[in-house]
Amino acid sequence: MHDASAGFADVPWRTVIRVGLLGAGIAIFLCLVGIVPVFHARPLIKDVISLGQTALVLALLGTGVVAARTAGVRSRLAILPGALAGSIAGAGVTALVLIGELINVRVVFLNASPLLYEILTFGNGLAGSWIAIVIGAVLGAAGGIAARLPMAARRPLTTFVLALLLAGLFAGILRTAMLTTPLAGLARLLFSSLGLTVIGAIATVVVFVGGREVWFYTRVRQRVVAMPPAGQRLVTWPLLAVAALMVLVLPQALGPFVAQVIAYVALYVLMGLGLNITLGLAGLLDLGFVAFFAVGAYTVGLLTSTAEFGIAQWPFWAAVPFAVIFAMLFGAVLGLPILGIRGDYLAIATLGFGEIIRILAGSDLLKFALGGPRGILNVPKPIAVEPTHFLAGPNQMYYIALAGAALIAFVAWRLRASRIGRAWISIREDEDVAEALGVNLVQTKLLAYMLGAGFAGLGGAVFVSLVGSVFSSSIQLFVSINVVAIVVVGGMGSIPGAVLGAVFLIGLPELFREFSEYRFLFYGAALIAMMLYRPEGILPTRFASREVHLKSSELGADTVVAAPTHSP
Amino acid sequence: MPQLVAKGVTKRFGGLVAVRDLDLEIEPRAIVSVIGPNGAGKTTLFNCIAGWYHIDEGEILFEGQPIDRLRRDQIARLGIARTYQNIRLFAGMSAIENVLVGQHHSLHTGWVGAVMRTARVREEEEMAHEEARRILEFVGLPGHGMGQATNLPYGDQRRLEIARALSTQPRLLLLDEPTAGMNPAETHKMTDFIRRLRDELGITILLIEHQMRVVMGISERIAVLDYGEKIAEGTPREIQNDPRVIEAYLGRGAAAEQAAPRPDAAGSEA
Repeated sequence: MHDASAGFADVPWRTVIRVGLLGAGIAIFLCLVGIVPVFHARPLIKDVISLGQTALVLALLGTGVVAARTAGVRSRLAILPGALAGSIAGAGVTALVLIGELINVRVVFLNASPLLYEILTFGNGLAGSWIAIVIGAVLGAAGGIAARLPMAARRPLTTFVLALLLAGLFAGILRTAMLTTPLAGLARLLFSSLGLTVIGAIATVVVFVGGREVWFYTRVRQRVVAMPPAGQRLVTWPLLAVAALMVLVLPQALGPFVAQVIAYVALYVLMGLGLNITLGLAGLLDLGFVAFFAVGAYTVGLLTSTAEFGIAQWPFWAAVPFAVIFAMLFGAVLGLPILGIRGDYLAIATLGFGEIIRILAGSDLLKFALGGPRGILNVPKPIAVEPTHFLAGPNQMYYIALAGAALIAFVAWRLRASRIGRAWISIREDEDVAEALGVNLVQTKLLAYMLGAGFAGLGGAVFVSLVGSVFSSSIQLFVSINVVAIVVVGGMGSIPGAVLGAVFLIGLPELFREFSEYRFLFYGAALIAMMLYRPEGILPTRFASREVHLKSSELGADTVVAAPTHSP
Repeated sequence: MPQLVAKGVTKRFGGLVAVRDLDLEIEPRAIVSVIGPNGAGKTTLFNCIAGWYHIDEGEILFEGQPIDRLRRDQIARLGIARTYQNIRLFAGMSAIENVLVGQHHSLHTGWVGAVMRTARVREEEEMAHEEARRILEFVGLPGHGMGQATNLPYGDQRRLEIARALSTQPRLLLLDEPTAGMNPAETHKMTDFIRRLRDELGITILLIEHQMRVVMGISERIAVLDYGEKIAEGTPREIQNDPRVIEAYLGRGAAAEQAAPRPDAAGSEA
C-alpha cells in the first residue's frame, strides 16, 4: 500500500536502533546488578514467571513502547520499530550470555552467576542463548502495538500489568493474613506462599481489569463529582470512615511481621510530616534530621531504661515531653548560627551537624553516659500488656506513631492557614522579598527549624520504644536521607504526600526483602524519575503542580486568567 | 520636613561605584521619579533605601530616623515598601495570601495560638482577610484572591505586587518600573492608579521609570542619575530642558536629531 511504503521510509531507523541499544543496556544492567537472579527466587505467578523474569519482560516491553513512540508512524508498520528495538535489546542479553561463556566476568560482576545464565537461556545453556532475541522481538512488537492502540484498549492492558505486579507482590502477605480466617481455603487457592497461583492470576486479572472497566464505563467518579456537595459528602465521609477503620485494624489483620513493618512506616510518616514543616513549608533543606532524632531517642532511652545507663526509669509518657523539648532546644542551639545560610549551604551545614551527633553518640567521650556501641537496653513499652493483647508488641507503637503523625498533621495544617504558615511559604518562595515585606527571617526560620527538630525528637522517642533499645549504630545518616526523600517524593508541603512517600519508600522495601538489597538503587531511580516526570511530588499541594508545569512550558503563563471566583 | 533624606550616599561593588555621593530629599506625599540610562544606579539606590544593600558612605533618614543600618524587615515596619522591576510574587501562594504576607508584622498570632485557633486568632484572621480583600479591590483585582498569584495576567501581577506592598501600610512606596512591558492603554491605567495611591492613601511615591511620557506626566520632581551620580533634579519642565540630561541620554552633540540613543531611552518620547 502507498501508506505503508511511505511509512517505511519515514521511520527514523537510527533512532529505533538507538532505543534498542538503550534497552539492551538496561536489560544487561538488570542482570549484572543482580536484580534478575535475586528476584528470580520470588515467583510472580507460581511455576509461570518469576519476579526477576518480570523485570526483564518489562524492560523489553518498554523498549518496544518507546521505539514505537519515537518512530511515530501511523501505519501498519508500527509493529516493526518495536520488534527491531526489542530484538536488539534481546540480543544484548544474548551477547551477555555468550561473553559470559567466553570469559569469566564474575570476577567483576558477582551476579553473573550460573543461575543468571540458566535464567537467561531457560536452562538450555549456550544453545538457548538465541531465545532472548526471539522473546525480545515478540515483546518489543507487543510493546509497539500497545503504544499504537487507542486509549480504550490500552487502559485494560496497563491495568492488567499493574494488577498482576501488585497482586504478585502482596500475595504472600495476603495469604498469611487470610490463613487464620475462614478464608483460608480461598487463600490457598489464589496465593502460593510467594506469588500468585495460576488461578489467582486469572482471578486478579478478571477482577481488576473488569472492575476498572466497569468503573470507567459506569462513570461513577463523574457522577459523584456532578453531585451537589451534600450528596458528595454522603459518599466521601463513609469512604473516609472505612479507610480510617482499615488503617486502624491493619496490624491486627495482617499478622506480626506486617505489623512491625507498618509500625515502622507510621514512624516515618510521623518524621516525614515533621520535616514537612521545615522543608516543605519553610523550604529549609535540613539534612541533619537524625541529630534531633538521636536527641529524642537517647532522652527517652536514658529516662526510661531499666538497664545500665538508665537514670530515672520513668514511664514513657513522662519522658516524651522532655525528648521533644530537648530536641527543640537542640534545634535552637544548632539553628541560630546557621539559619542565615541559604539553600545548599544550609543543607551541608545541617548534614555536618547530623554527622557530629552520630559520631558523638558512638564516641568514647560519651560512652559513660550513652553506652556507645553497647547502647541503652531494656527500654520498656509505653503500655505494659500481655503478649496476646491487641496492643502488644509493635501494635501499640503503630498506634502511638499514628497518633503522633495525626497530631503533627493537625499542627501543620493549622499553621499553614495562619500568619506563621504564610510567612514560611513566603520564605520558601523568595526570602528576600519576604523580608522586605516585614517578615523577620531569623525568628520565622528558627521556629520552623525548632518545630521540625521537636517532631524529629518525637520520632526518636517512638523509635526507641518500638525497638526497645538504642545503639550508636541506630543513629544513621540514612534516617535523614529517608525522611528527606519521603518529603520530596511525596510532594513538598503536602500532608497526604508525606504519608504516601513513607508508604512507598519505607513500607515497600521493608515488606519485600528482595527489594531492601536494592533500596538505594530504587531510591535513586525513583528520585530521578520523580525529578524528570513529576518534580512537584506524587501528591503535590494545590499550587505546586501548576507552578512547576507552568515554568516548564513558559507558554501561556501570562495569558491564563484565573477564574473569577468570589472571595469567601 | 522631608520624609526621606539621603545624604552623601555612596555604594561600591568592588571597584565599581554604583552610587556616588548622592543627595536626595523627598517631601511627604510627593511623587518623585528617578530616571537615567541603564546602569545609572537607579535600582541600586532603591536597594540602598529599602535595606537590600548596606551603603558604604553617607546616611539615609526616614522621617528623621537613620535607616541605613537596619534590616529589610525593620525598614518595612517603619513604613517603606517596594515593588520589583521583574515581578517577584510568591508563586506557591494564592493572590490573597500574597497580600496577607504583607500584613505579617501587623498581626500577632503566635504558633501556639495558630494551632489552637483561639477566638482571638480567628478574629484576627478574619480581619486580615477582610483587609486583604479591601486592598485587592482597591488595586482593581476584586474577586481574584483565590487563584494562584502567578496565573494572573501580566498587568494584574503588577497590581498584585503593589497590593502586597500596600498591605504593609507604607508611607513611602518605591516602584521599580511599574509600567515595564505594558501597552499604552495599560500604561495609562497604571499612571492614573499611581496618582490615586498618593491622592487617596497619602503615600509618597518614588518611582523608577523609563517611559518618558509617564515620567513627565506624573512626577512632581525628577532626579536624573548617570554613572551613579545625580546630574540634575527639578520639575519635569526643568529636566526636559537641562543640557546635562540631554547629553546623558543622547550623547555629546545631541543636537544631531537621529543620534542613536542608549537602548533604554529608545522610544521614550514616542
